[in-house]
Amino acid sequence: MRVQNNTLYLEGDFLKNDIPRLESAIFAQIKGKQIKTIDLGGISRIDSAGVALLDELHQKLAATIGILFFKSASLEVQAVIDTFTTLSLKDFGSKRRVGFYETLGEMLLSGIQQFWQTLILASEIFYYSLVGLVNRRKQRKGSLTQQMLLLGFDALPIVGLLSFIIGFIIALQSAALLRDFGANVFIADLMSVSIVRELSPLITAIIVAGRSGSAIASEIATMQVTEELDALKMMALNPIRYVVVPKFHAITIVMPILIVFSILIGMIGGGIIAMGYLKLSIEVFYARSINILSVKDLLISFGKSIWFAWVIVIIGSHFGFQVKGGAEGVGKATTQAVVSSIFAVIIFDAIFSLLYL
Amino acid sequence: MKQEPIIEITDMVAKYGERTVLDGISVNIYPGEITVILGGSGCGKTTLLKNMLRLYEPHSGSVKFCGTEILSMGEREFDEVLKQVGMLFQNGALLNSISVYDNVSIPLEQHTRLSRAIRDRIIRVKLHLVGLSEAIYKFPSELSGGMKKRAALARAMALDPMILFCDEPSAGLDPITSEALDELILSLKRQLGMTIVIVTHELASIHRIADKIIFLDDGKMLFNGTLAEAEKAAIPQIDHFFAVGRF
Ligand SMILES: Nc1ncnc2c1ncn2[C@@H]1O[C@H](COP(=O)(O)OP(=O)(O)OP(=O)(O)O)[C@@H](O)[C@H]1O
Ligand SMILES: [Mg+2]
Repeated sequence: MRVQNNTLYLEGDFLKNDIPRLESAIFAQIKGKQIKTIDLGGISRIDSAGVALLDELHQKLAATIGILFFKSASLEVQAVIDTFTTLSLKDFGSKRRVGFYETLGEMLLSGIQQFWQTLILASEIFYYSLVGLVNRRKQRKGSLTQQMLLLGFDALPIVGLLSFIIGFIIALQSAALLRDFGANVFIADLMSVSIVRELSPLITAIIVAGRSGSAIASEIATMQVTEELDALKMMALNPIRYVVVPKFHAITIVMPILIVFSILIGMIGGGIIAMGYLKLSIEVFYARSINILSVKDLLISFGKSIWFAWVIVIIGSHFGFQVKGGAEGVGKATTQAVVSSIFAVIIFDAIFSLLYL
Repeated sequence: MKQEPIIEITDMVAKYGERTVLDGISVNIYPGEITVILGGSGCGKTTLLKNMLRLYEPHSGSVKFCGTEILSMGEREFDEVLKQVGMLFQNGALLNSISVYDNVSIPLEQHTRLSRAIRDRIIRVKLHLVGLSEAIYKFPSELSGGMKKRAALARAMALDPMILFCDEPSAGLDPITSEALDELILSLKRQLGMTIVIVTHELASIHRIADKIIFLDDGKMLFNGTLAEAEKAAIPQIDHFFAVGRF
């Protein structure tokens, strides 16, 4: 490679592995020199990376001197250059940058829109679930039992385990304090109220959101991206009725069962501390636990857990139906569904607590 | 003049579980030629490509690239082979979470030390060649089936590989785009001396581009040779294949 009479003579191979070296060498060589012509006669082999380098050179030099000539390329080299040149390509610009306030506004608008769409979806789900009570046609066959097993029975071990541990911990933490005041017997009241009213519905709902909310969202999202939902529509089947309603019915049935299970196991966890550490007798613990509760407490507990279950199904299917993009959209939809439904469950729990203190 | 084959497959047997899909295939592929693999749907064409590139390990047999056995190679060594190879998958296999531009950029970023400006030019010209200049910043989910195919082809040829494998590049394309793609494939062969292996069912395309054809049927190779020889060979399955496709 040399420069003579304002001409840059290039030689050798211009293949992708040589280009990084050549690029710096050439730009160093021509620095401060007037180049009007580039002679390609010495180039033996070239590929698209080589052509890109020539184009780069052309653009840089032409910007300073106006016109630049390539000359004496061999036929083969010229053919490659003609195929891969970027000089005649239209510039399609780069990606548009989005500003901070635009992003903020978009988030707000999409939030409102999402909320509205969720309400519409909820109304459809409620409607078809009522219809589905009297008319089981147009639903997936055998789906109710299968969904009850999946959403309910399979969740029993983890619900049980977590309820036990939490009951045990709450009792342990309170026990020391209660004993200092000589208020040992009140452990029963405390456990019973906190577990029935708050902890069981909340823990169960969070587990169900994580297990079933995600399963619902990913199932529906997958069906959406693989056009299965479109196929259902073309068979004159409503996707909500076919896919969502069985889940909705199933979760409505199994949620109270899960709650009862969670309460029982949670109380056992607390009872172990009460009897082992605070030396309460089992009769006293049992009697006080029952006495402190009213029917209303139990009803509210069931009521709100069913409400949580509905929220989880609705939010899960919302994100499932809204999925955008291909397979990677499914993962996103699932994550969003879990995060949003846990958030919603906790917000509704706060509202319930304020309403029925 | 008898050239050395660039790929030499001997007695390859490929199985999925217990099921034998390829039963003793022996094929040579010569440098600078376009080899077309033909055969009915489900006869094992994709399987043949995947097994010779070790995406599935063949059950037995040998595959040589430029005279070196690749089935026994270590991972490092085989990576070097793979850098010489581009593959267009039957369903495109673009990475969905990044744009078309970034998809084409991956091999360039990972396997070369080219500067950003040079890479940018290569990406844009490759996408221009497959006719996707307008879709350059789109995401795969925003493309039609045929556009995905073409974007994937741009990615496969990003590095100007020595050997390019294409699994049904023109499936789902209109005849005009499909012809343009054939022209592109021919120019890759002529100008860069690329060796190209294509699976296709389009008769028009086969006539335009094929130097050699390989005909698979029921796990066996029925024929390997030029198109003219195939038409003379009087093998019923091949005659049937060509007769039905003509109109
Ligand atoms: N991952 C897999 N597991 C089990 N069997 C498979 C798998 N992939 C393919 N097969 C079977 O192997 C056979 C060959 O499949 P292959 O995909 O190679 O066909 P093909 O010739 O590419 O067909 P097409 O033209 O439809 O793409 C088919 O019968 C298919 O059922
Ligand atoms: Mg195939």
